[in-house]
Amino acid sequence: MTVSTISGAVASPRRRMPRRIDIMSHAAGILVALLFLAPIAWAVLATFKSRSEAAQPPLPPWPTEGISLDNFRTLENFGAGILHHTLNSLIVAIATTALTILVSVLAGYGFSRYRFPLKGFFFVLVLATMMVPFQSILTPLFLILAELKLQNTLVGLVLIYVTLQLPFSVFMMRNAFDAVPPEIAEAARIDGVTGLRLLIHVLGPLVMPGIVSVGLIAFLNAWNEFLAALVLLTSQDNYTLPVLLTAVRAGHYGSIDWGAVQAGVTIMMIPCLILFLALQRHYIRGLTAGAVK
Amino acid sequence: MTANRDIVPSRRRPRRQWIGLLYIAPAIALVVAFFAVPLVMTAWMSLHNWPLIGRRRWIGFGNYLTLWNDHGFWNALQFTVFYTIAATIGLLAVGLALALFVERPRPGVNLYRTAFFLPVVVGFASASLLWAWLSNVDSGLFSPLAQLLGLTAAPYDLNADFTPAFWSVTLMVVWKMSGFYMVILMSGLQAVPADYHEAARIDGATWLQRFRYITLPLIRRPLALALILAVTGSMLAFDQFYIILAGGPQNQTVTAVYWIFNQSFVSFRLGYGAALSMVLLGILLILSLVQLRLLRSGEDGR
Repeated sequence: MTVSTISGAVASPRRRMPRRIDIMSHAAGILVALLFLAPIAWAVLATFKSRSEAAQPPLPPWPTEGISLDNFRTLENFGAGILHHTLNSLIVAIATTALTILVSVLAGYGFSRYRFPLKGFFFVLVLATMMVPFQSILTPLFLILAELKLQNTLVGLVLIYVTLQLPFSVFMMRNAFDAVPPEIAEAARIDGVTGLRLLIHVLGPLVMPGIVSVGLIAFLNAWNEFLAALVLLTSQDNYTLPVLLTAVRAGHYGSIDWGAVQAGVTIMMIPCLILFLALQRHYIRGLTAGAVK
Repeated sequence: MTANRDIVPSRRRPRRQWIGLLYIAPAIALVVAFFAVPLVMTAWMSLHNWPLIGRRRWIGFGNYLTLWNDHGFWNALQFTVFYTIAATIGLLAVGLALALFVERPRPGVNLYRTAFFLPVVVGFASASLLWAWLSNVDSGLFSPLAQLLGLTAAPYDLNADFTPAFWSVTLMVVWKMSGFYMVILMSGLQAVPADYHEAARIDGATWLQRFRYITLPLIRRPLALALILAVTGSMLAFDQFYIILAGGPQNQTVTAVYWIFNQSFVSFRLGYGAALSMVLLGILLILSLVQLRLLRSGEDGR
């Protein structure tokens, strides 16, 4: 399907492609793009169906009985109410973002600008976190949080999420600081600006793109994470959205309110989609920097 | 890289250098508390009978002996490997096709890239819940769609049998993640000089020949990287099989992580769960090392 179009594009980057192939290529592209977008659109549209209509197969995908907020209202009856759990998720995601930025900027600055004993060892230690999947250390994490009196708390979850973000974030920030020309720091030093002031006032603005990437990816990962939240949050009041909605999906007495599930899915997806569309470039750069290097 | 910099004598006074430790201290504290200590603890716990409540008891390698005869675990591992192969092939094939489609600038290419990438930013839990809805037989989309296309006469419960359920979940993963592999492979494709293709084209090479002898060898490194990420990610699969299928039908889609989750947090056999974790960890480390070698050999090829 796409083979002919690709051959055209690759073979003659400078020459104009034949018109027929051009149109076919775009037709195929649009079709595939719509297939990729369809499930998301279907879920968002289903959210606004009435309760009775949401229980029917979604054909057509859009609401035919008028737009309704029934499904969001139903979600109020689950757990401590959808607003409460959305707030839980927001608190966790925002705290993870802020703390990840703070810790990784400091560490990136330390690793980039200072020489100290065991530096290589510490750097490898931070990166090693990436080699060991957190899924395999969940049990001790559970016990350690209990020891710290942080079991079943959002604070405990945040600390673990931040740790999971560190290898990528510290690596990213170290590289960002490395990329700043040494003359700039040198000039500031001659002016008497050093240490934390140098970091905040001079270097901070220069590494801002890195900070945005690190923060964005931390937010999305914390907002979407499921397994650790499922294991570590034991009382329903503390559930983040993915855990709450899995309970909704499991149903009450064998009947599942799919309309409510879709409303929840929409609430979970919207922030991700908006953040990504607004900060696309930072996201892709962070992703390729983290993966490719 | 780091080692190099350490050798270079610094212009700063030595007194200042210790401050560096202060800057990295918060990161190190977190990594020690929530990574290094738990890792050592996993190994320690795996040598115990360790219930959630009550006394723990040293049993040496007892857990590992139990594990050796634990058919449930080996079945789960076998299923995980099967899924990893299927998902990895799907992700790399679709990711590469998408990357080839969007690598060169042309009108509308950014819209295509965004559309293909959008499912990546949606979480695995959201995507799984969405798929659970689409594939359920009562109010989902796939069954009526199949009926509409004349594939089946009666409503069809896709999740009732292993084969359709498995491929439906794999399709979801390919839908959700291939945009990610598109981006990785795209950066590789863009680094292939256009002149190479131009020269080969003048020599009369077909598209397939150019793809086989120019593109593929030159994107070996990003391809190896994509392979590592796809394999590691798939070996740790949990969310989609837990949320969409609950391990069913007949526990046939319980993955390795899912089995460990059940042992540790449903049956609360924490010591045994730790032993299972150690085995999974060992397998993943070996896989990563093998694949890293592959990545290195890709470098030599240049």
